[in-house]
Amino acid sequence: MLTLNAIHSYYGQIHALKGVSFTVEKGEIVTLIGSNGAGKTTTLNTISGLIKPRSGEILFEGQRIDNLAPHEIAKRGISQSPEGRKIFGRMTVRENLEMGAFNRKDQAGIRHDLAQILELFPRLRERFNQSGGTLSGGEQQMLAIGRALMSRPRILTLDEPSMGLAPILVAQIFKIICDINQQGTTILLIEQNAQMALSIATRGYVLETGQIVLQGPAKDLLASPQVRKAYLGG
Amino acid sequence: MYLFGRRIDASQIIVWIIGGVLFLLVLIGSISTLLTERYTVKQWLDFIIFGAAQGGIYALIALGYTMVYGVLRLINFAHGEVFMSGAFSAYFLAAALDKAMLLNRYPIPCLLVIAFLSAAVSATVAVCLERIAYRPLRRAPRLVNLITAIGASFFLQYTFRGLYGSGVEVYPDIAILKGDFWGIRKTLLVVCGSALAMLGILYAFIQGTKTGRAIRAISEDLETAALMGVDVDQTIAITFAVGGSTAGIAGVLYALIFSQVNFFMGFVPGMKAFTAAVMGGIGNVPGAALGGFLLGIFEAVGPSLFLDGLGIPAANQLKDVIAFTLLVLILIFRPTGLLGERLAVKRT
Ligand SMILES: Nc1ncnc2c1ncn2[C@@H]1O[C@H](COP(=O)(O)OP(=O)(O)OP(=O)(O)O)[C@@H](O)[C@H]1O
Ligand SMILES: [Mg+2]
Repeated sequence: MLTLNAIHSYYGQIHALKGVSFTVEKGEIVTLIGSNGAGKTTTLNTISGLIKPRSGEILFEGQRIDNLAPHEIAKRGISQSPEGRKIFGRMTVRENLEMGAFNRKDQAGIRHDLAQILELFPRLRERFNQSGGTLSGGEQQMLAIGRALMSRPRILTLDEPSMGLAPILVAQIFKIICDINQQGTTILLIEQNAQMALSIATRGYVLETGQIVLQGPAKDLLASPQVRKAYLGG
Repeated sequence: MYLFGRRIDASQIIVWIIGGVLFLLVLIGSISTLLTERYTVKQWLDFIIFGAAQGGIYALIALGYTMVYGVLRLINFAHGEVFMSGAFSAYFLAAALDKAMLLNRYPIPCLLVIAFLSAAVSATVAVCLERIAYRPLRRAPRLVNLITAIGASFFLQYTFRGLYGSGVEVYPDIAILKGDFWGIRKTLLVVCGSALAMLGILYAFIQGTKTGRAIRAISEDLETAALMGVDVDQTIAITFAVGGSTAGIAGVLYALIFSQVNFFMGFVPGMKAFTAAVMGGIGNVPGAALGGFLLGIFEAVGPSLFLDGLGIPAANQLKDVIAFTLLVLILIFRPTGLLGERLAVKRT
């Protein structure tokens, strides 16, 4: 469904991705783990079109998307819940969710999805007309995921959804990610919390300084001594 | 040193003292004028109405500054010229309609057509400016953009000077706008009313439409707006078009009051409107409207109110001093502008 082929991305002179290749198949949860500065966010932003790769290609459902503008990529069905949530603080929760459905015209479908997301995150219903900037970190994370879902994406990409959340909330968010996947949305999950991510994922990739160093079924990665040592504290 | 629980340093105290002295001067001047009863109530009302009309024009121009700043974090210094381009171009239509004896036979349709042409020219100039001058520099350092804006401003001034000449043209008189209505100049009422209506329409557009929401989203976070599927380039172009057409309408209103247009007419109103936008809190749409009216009224009332009282001669010629003094005062006591948020928490 989504394939990256030898992607090289730069920030000016800084070579952030050095030939990243991986695939995500329909229906999977694929996780990309790695430590700080490994290039995870850069990978997602390259997929979303915010960063243009200097070489390599990205295919989505068989078509090249690496030359498209971000809004065109979003239109094709790739949505992102960005690192740090990036809620529109001066807009209400409602407007934030509606921004997620920016390119949709099927009003009935939008209303249906909105109801479903409020079902998934009841807290957002309570805060519906409150401005996004006044939500707590956890509520903002729910809003960011809800907003990304409002486009009814074919693939949902999540950048560290557990960042800064209390353990109980992390468990809740991961459970919801599983639910979303079960309802048919393919997921690319970026995490530093390797344990949690690998426990719900189908397959995983380990990124280190801009390169994929390990890959395989999530179960195997969880058991691998290399991963245990570097990411799971022994 | 701590005061009211906040840490402050010496330079801040000096600035506050300057602000306090200015404020006191204004207060003393006002009281002494009011005590001498130099002006009648009717005269004060006239000052205020004139100020409100002028302020409405500032507000309309200020919107363009503030909206463009919102989406691009750029002060579009050529915006005064965008205002001029519409008013100056529409003059030729007004003159032609007057010559054909249509202007005074069908004044309202004619005025609407003139306003439409002015808005269209200004919007076109603004969009071209964005396309040609600013878009290629979107990722350049801010100083580059600022210098480009100033360059564009001169370019437009001298292009229009080349096109239409350097003379002052006089807008034709419109008979139905002559005279008073309840003791108030009709022109001023029309200008105030139109400005308020335009501001209302704009506010509804920004708050209530999908494009308006896209503009707000880009103002908050350009990259995230793009992730949501907002076509950033298109929306920025629309922002320039909206700000430009508003400035074009302001140009016609300006011509109604002052009757004169020339290639340099955009400079002073442009600076004033920029001042108004900063006073209201740059990037904030209601702030620009508030700042515009406040500045217009302050400027109209100020010379008679406190400069007369301080015994300053020819006070009327000092209204620009007043405008910028007001700006300084507001920035001292509220660095973010009246309705602005703290810039530090915004995206850099
Ligand atoms: N805007 C930028 N300008 C310059 N270098 C950058 C920029 N953003 C990221 N980098 C560099 O690119 C590399 C990869 O960064 P990236 O943000 O993709 O890491 P990450 O894996 O998401 O890390 P984290 O887990 O801390 O979020 C880092 O070395 C970082 O310093
Ligand atoms: Mg990251």
